[in-house]
Amino acid sequence: MDTHIQVKNLNVYYGKQQALKNVNIEIPKKQITVIMGPSGCGKTTLLKSFNRFLELTDGTQITGEVLVDGQNIYDREVDVTEVRKTVGLLAQRPSPLPMSIYDNVVYGMHIHKMKKDRKEYKAAVRHYLEIAGLWDEVGKRLHDPATGLSIGQQQRLCLARGLAVEPEIILGDEPTSALDPISSQNIEARLLDLKQQYTTVIVTHTLRQAKRLADHVIYMYMGEVIEAGPAKEVFTNPKHERTRQYLEGLF
Amino acid sequence: MGMKKNYWRRRHLMELFMKTLMRISLVGAAASLGLILWTVVARGLPALTWDMVTQSPKGGFYMGKEGGVLNAIIGSLYLALGGTLLAMLFSLPIALYLKTYLGSSKWGQYVRLSLDVLWGIPSIVYGAFGFTIMIAIGMRASLLAGIIVLALVELPIMVRAMDEVIRRMPADLEQAALALGSTRFEVAMRVVTRQMLPGIVTAILLAFGRGIGDAASVLFTAGYTDRIVTSLMRPTASLPLAVFFQLGSPFPEVQQRGYASALILTIIVLAVSFGSRWLASRLNKYTIK
Ligand SMILES: Nc1ncnc2c1ncn2[C@@H]1O[C@H](COP(=O)(O)OP(=O)(O)O)[C@@H](O)[C@H]1O
Ligand SMILES: [Mg+2]
Repeated sequence: MDTHIQVKNLNVYYGKQQALKNVNIEIPKKQITVIMGPSGCGKTTLLKSFNRFLELTDGTQITGEVLVDGQNIYDREVDVTEVRKTVGLLAQRPSPLPMSIYDNVVYGMHIHKMKKDRKEYKAAVRHYLEIAGLWDEVGKRLHDPATGLSIGQQQRLCLARGLAVEPEIILGDEPTSALDPISSQNIEARLLDLKQQYTTVIVTHTLRQAKRLADHVIYMYMGEVIEAGPAKEVFTNPKHERTRQYLEGLF
Repeated sequence: MGMKKNYWRRRHLMELFMKTLMRISLVGAAASLGLILWTVVARGLPALTWDMVTQSPKGGFYMGKEGGVLNAIIGSLYLALGGTLLAMLFSLPIALYLKTYLGSSKWGQYVRLSLDVLWGIPSIVYGAFGFTIMIAIGMRASLLAGIIVLALVELPIMVRAMDEVIRRMPADLEQAALALGSTRFEVAMRVVTRQMLPGIVTAILLAFGRGIGDAASVLFTAGYTDRIVTSLMRPTASLPLAVFFQLGSPFPEVQQRGYASALILTIIVLAVSFGSRWLASRLNKYTIK
């Protein structure tokens, strides 16, 4: 297994409350890893440790290491904006920026000065909207406000916007939980399409979605990683009692 | 079944009644606005000569029948601009403090309540308050004093409007921009500003509109003069007071000039409010509701 993200002895505290307890996991390159577990077990917290979003909350304390390609992203000399450029995030609810569809996609490329001229930016916007499966729907109204899109379209726009900064890793925190079934399917299909090119880490609370997407599974309970491994093994033959109970829907 | 039918009919009647009532109120409001505008235009337009807007009054104390009200136009613009700028200087930090440190806490609610009370206080009270302080420190009626009192009048409007704008800022927005690798500065300049600017511009223009039309607060504090004001320390004329004095005159010609002055003031206020609506709707196109 080619490891992309390695977490070593990670502990996270919100004030006095410990949300992650000595987490040690490895996340494989260019596969979909699904994080599962009952609500409040620390899935979001673990995900946020990968793009340094934990420090946006006052009073969080972090010990341990998160290595991306061998580099600890919490090292002093690491540029947090570079971390977040490399590790994209698809949030629970789509959150378009207060600008047009075009400007939403171009925003990240602009701030990182990724292209030479307008023509290149235009081509890139089209490219990423196509990847996100949105071009056919919005190609003719790129300068309309992004808020005019349906919520499912907004989530695909957020995907296009995230991919446009050329990340290597995509994080998704229950990225379909706010969407209708058709839009959810659409996003899932995108994620499956993209998994050859990106390392993907998805938090989900639906077991079915986990089964459809996962190559690799992490099961958490009360801030601890109980079990992690290839999806086949974990789903068919869980090593731990708790995982088995969760998979059988006992809690 | 019979009962049911009756019940339905009553509901429909009730709706019809309420709808008619609402329509009547709407028509009433629109009609009185139309009537006011019509009065001002019909009486003011004949007297609205080129001289009115290009000259200062001749014959003293607004009682003259010659010259114009340029001194009052310029005075009002100075007063409202100065008051608005000064109010802006204080209201943005106050609004940010309210949001950042007080939030929806008990103290936050107290501050908002007192701002709403201040909003409702008649401006003559502000004027009297300013006048008392001026006497205490031995200051004479002047443009500066008028600006300060107008700023006080405008402050609660502006703070509350900005407070609403800031409170409506979606929490996810900054995170969305940060997740793409933005610096805090880029988030502020490219995202937060775009989201909040329309509301802030509207708040400022709203306050300006209230400031320029206010007579009572500048009555004692800015004074009046026939000349165009040249110094912050000197008294200045203003349009609302020009209207007040001219309409109080026993001469019909001067009264008509009062309507012309009122027309000028109305045009300025309308221009500001339509301008701000137009600007807000343009800027608002992309904001997250
Ligand atoms: N900002 C926060 N402040 C304090 N406690 C928090 C915060 N965010 C999460 N927690 C707590 O940390 C634990 C893990 O939360 P989270 O990672 O959001 O769980 P999950 O995503 O699995 O539902 C929960 O007990 C939650 O109450
Ligand atoms: Mg969560």
